[in-house]
Amino acid sequence: MSSFWEYANPKKFMQTSAILLPWAAGLAAVCLVVGLIWGFFFTPDDFRQGSTVKIIYLHVPSALMAINIWIMMLVTSLIWLIRRHHVSALAARAAAPIGLVMTLIALFTGAVWGQPMWGTYWAWDPRLTAFLILFLFYLGYLALWAAIDDPDTAADLTSVLCLVGSVFALLSRYAVWFWNQGLHQGASLSLDKQENVHDVFYFPLLLCIAGFVLMFVALVLLRTRTEIRARRLKALMARERMEA
Amino acid sequence: MHMECIVSDLACMRGGVPVLTGVRFDLAAGQCLLLRGPNGIGKTTLLRTLAGLQPALAGTVSLDREAFAYAGHADGLKATLTVRENLQFWADVYGTGSIDQALTAFNLSALADRAAHNLSAGQKRRLGLARLLVTGRKIWALDEPTVSLDTASVALFAEAIKTHCAAGGAALIATHIELGFTADVLDLTPFKATADSSAAHSDGFDEAFL
Amino acid sequence: MIALLLRDLRLAIRSGGGFGLGLAFFLILVVLVPFGVGPQSDILSRIAPGILWVGALLACLLSLDRIFALDYEDGSLDLLATAPVPLEGMVAIKALAHWLTTGLPLTLAAPLLGVLLNMPLQNMGWLVLTLGLGTPALSFIGTFGAALTVGIKRGGLLLSLLVLPMYVPTLIFGAEALRRGSEGLEATAPLLLLAGITAGAISLLPFAAAAAIRINIR
Repeated sequence: MSSFWEYANPKKFMQTSAILLPWAAGLAAVCLVVGLIWGFFFTPDDFRQGSTVKIIYLHVPSALMAINIWIMMLVTSLIWLIRRHHVSALAARAAAPIGLVMTLIALFTGAVWGQPMWGTYWAWDPRLTAFLILFLFYLGYLALWAAIDDPDTAADLTSVLCLVGSVFALLSRYAVWFWNQGLHQGASLSLDKQENVHDVFYFPLLLCIAGFVLMFVALVLLRTRTEIRARRLKALMARERMEA
Repeated sequence: MHMECIVSDLACMRGGVPVLTGVRFDLAAGQCLLLRGPNGIGKTTLLRTLAGLQPALAGTVSLDREAFAYAGHADGLKATLTVRENLQFWADVYGTGSIDQALTAFNLSALADRAAHNLSAGQKRRLGLARLLVTGRKIWALDEPTVSLDTASVALFAEAIKTHCAAGGAALIATHIELGFTADVLDLTPFKATADSSAAHSDGFDEAFL
Repeated sequence: MIALLLRDLRLAIRSGGGFGLGLAFFLILVVLVPFGVGPQSDILSRIAPGILWVGALLACLLSLDRIFALDYEDGSLDLLATAPVPLEGMVAIKALAHWLTTGLPLTLAAPLLGVLLNMPLQNMGWLVLTLGLGTPALSFIGTFGAALTVGIKRGGLLLSLLVLPMYVPTLIFGAEALRRGSEGLEATAPLLLLAGITAGAISLLPFAAAAAIRINIR
């Protein structure tokens, strides 16, 4: 038990993740059920936004996850490029579809919220546009993974794409701010109390965010385990070919 | 004697699977070494590893890459350029200048102004081999150089190799046929990777998952 | 290096896939727009900056997959990678050759097409300036995309999917600078940002592209 990197060994990862997975999944379920029920049924309507405000319990966590999953992919891609731990590359691959779905949820709930609030499902608001571009980056990343047969080549190339793509995603974010000042409200959450949503909404929202994070952890663990098993299968088949 | 290339305990992989392990040989100035072995043994993989196109799984290669010229299966010819333009391009890239000697050595002078897409397969191959002459490099690594060459052209090629080695160069040739001169032979069959021998290199490929 | 540039230019001219197609595509795209939008000259001249920028961007995209694919197929890429030329330099030269055969002709032809879209003549300077500043970034970003997809058969569509999102900032700043310049507004900020993206792409992306090439040919 000397180093953090031991967990990057596939066997060690399989052992550890088998223990963590049910806890993460269970806690995620508890947080989400409590948070969503509390948020949907036991909070008052907002004095301006009415009951539509309650969509923040899905919208804010999914939007947060959409961005943070990309950052997690960036970190794991860097770890793969520098330290060549297979688990790291596979975790990035496992996270990408989840990030894609989170981006979709954020866009969809945003559209549903936008219709009553702004009178339109879609506006070329900088935040919305930045998410749409993020969605395209997820699509490209996944398509590149799918297009390459050799797993290590695919891991290398997608990591390079993730690195360069991050720079361009960030650039795009500032470019769209430049291009169009928006109608989206400021951050729903911040350490500055003045800007925050009211306490009544705040605590169930925190629970929902915790639930989304835990759900993501559980899903990534599960998907990474699947990827590791698939690689193991490939390795076994390669060994069989070698002996034949 | 000065060794141009020393390979020890080299292991190479192809598509994530080790194909060769424990390869060792030396190549001296003036020496021509023929690589033999059945299809799929890893001759191309070995040459590509030596050329630095792919990383070695294990072992060391002591070799001056600045003195090394690689010629693969494909000749890298541009169909719309003439023979002279194709060759001159490589001469410029390697900074050697004149191409006339290479044209003569492979009997291409008469074809010099013909576009490469009008050449026969054997003529294209000869042009690809002439490229090695204009690199001005000491160590040549050739992958199946005699494919689609007729007897006369094989003799031209053998002559070029002999001249090159006599001038202090060295050549490493993966081939199945007799070139018509005596050369050292390295059979790769004993170095074929087995599941046991490759288990030693547990990082760098899928072994980590077993 | 010069030899490589000359070879690429010569190949582009002889095979005819280089300038010809990109320019023709640009022309057709601009001709089609009035059929879709209607012939009202005030609408056309208002959307002209955007149309010209998007058209140039798509025309640039058209020839990207040829940058490395042909060299990969005939084995030249392996030989170039073992040649005494740094791979980063090789990539940069290839991107430069791509710009000289597509970006530059597009920039020079754009004023003619601007006339078709009722763009006032005094704005042509802005058009040429923004395209001239922005199209090198398009070529270098595209070269990176081409390097990523070189080993993939029929990677053209994937290449578009990877490259187009990365074109967004260039497009935004380029078209914005052109629009502001044409309307007589202050356009220094978007122009500087556009130049910044181009400078960054030229100086950094060849390294990423060379890394991708090394991965692809091993």
